[in-house]
Amino acid sequence: MTQTLDNPRSARHASMARRYERTPVSQTETELSQQTHWMIAVRDNRDRNAFAALFDHFAPRLKGFIIRSGASAHQAEEIVQDVMLTIWRKAAMFDPHRAQVSAWIYQIARNRQIDIARKENRPMPEELKEEPGMEPDASQILALEQEAGQLKQALATLKPEQREIVEKAYLGELTHQEISAQTGLPLGTIKSRIRLGLERLRHELKDLKQ
Amino acid sequence: MSAITHHIPDAMLAAYAAGNLSHAFAVAVASHVSLCAECRVALGAHQAIGGAVLEDTGAVAVSSSLKDDILAQLDAAFTPEPVYERNVIFPGPVMEAMKGRAPRWKKLGMGVRQDILSEDANGSVRLLYIPPGQPVPDHSHNGLELTLVLQGSFSDETGHFGVGDLEIADEDLEHTPVADPGDPCICLAATDARLRFRALVPRLLQPFFRI
Ligand SMILES: [Zn+2]
Repeated sequence: MTQTLDNPRSARHASMARRYERTPVSQTETELSQQTHWMIAVRDNRDRNAFAALFDHFAPRLKGFIIRSGASAHQAEEIVQDVMLTIWRKAAMFDPHRAQVSAWIYQIARNRQIDIARKENRPMPEELKEEPGMEPDASQILALEQEAGQLKQALATLKPEQREIVEKAYLGELTHQEISAQTGLPLGTIKSRIRLGLERLRHELKDLKQ
Repeated sequence: MSAITHHIPDAMLAAYAAGNLSHAFAVAVASHVSLCAECRVALGAHQAIGGAVLEDTGAVAVSSSLKDDILAQLDAAFTPEPVYERNVIFPGPVMEAMKGRAPRWKKLGMGVRQDILSEDANGSVRLLYIPPGQPVPDHSHNGLELTLVLQGSFSDETGHFGVGDLEIADEDLEHTPVADPGDPCICLAATDARLRFRALVPRLLQPFFRI
């Protein structure tokens, strides 16, 4: 466990030779996580039952997460409400090829917390626009999900003090200088995450140019 | 356009994902990510770690009425936040920092111009326009400065910076960036300190006499 968070860049130069193929979603549909199904149903069908299921899963976790970053229980519920409404309103931007549901909701939660605290909108990168009518690629979605599972396992095997550093970093309690001073965060999994995502993105960008 | 070779360090991307960068640095990071596939994907990886932390956070029961309160609001009208599109060389987050307007250049001398987009006690964001062969105005030497190239290029002792490249300079870095021949160099510069040279004009001129 000596892989570090510091320099995953080398992984990005790995061979891009693997042949790129799309698997129709229908073939592997049943293997996708419930969360992904719910989120796609909210995005594509404005499905309220699916939204209620997302609420049941995420609202208590979000409340715990927001309390951990210093809010009172009352404030936390207000932010949970804000985050859940943002999920509903911005569902069209959810792209399971690029982000797992939990990653997407994490970013929304942090953004809303910062926006409310600073009373300004946090600068966000341009959204990548998906080509209309693009077929979903289930193998890519599945690969991201599997990686999320590996990431969870990697977190679970951390020593308590390492784990605390990771939690602090992603709860916004450490400055970038403090994070860079932490060597040996054992999160090698993100290397494959980066390689996978980059492969796909390069492929898409190539498609767009043609 | 040549490939981007100067990227955002991982610690800074992690802090950006967690929302723990100053507004000024967040503008520079969001702008670089808008231009750079590698850092976009790397940011996705940090968000995935954040998502794993969220999934693993101990759940705290919510009030019994919260779900119904939220469900009742799903159809309520709301005003979406404005989306700022890229405008030729200016990525969306720069357009947002300019509130959609064109740059308002102010002359600094020697053909160099700047437009201060925001400035407060926590930092500053400005655009710089540097004619070929001219030095890039120095930062205030009391903090960190991120410089993102939007047009043209510059070079200094540490390397060559083209469109999309991000230079990170701290107060210890002795360098004299100079705009390369060709198109004028246009950069976004973000500092984590107030621009000291504004009150002290001779300081600003200092770098011009170094070449
Ligand atoms: Zn980059």
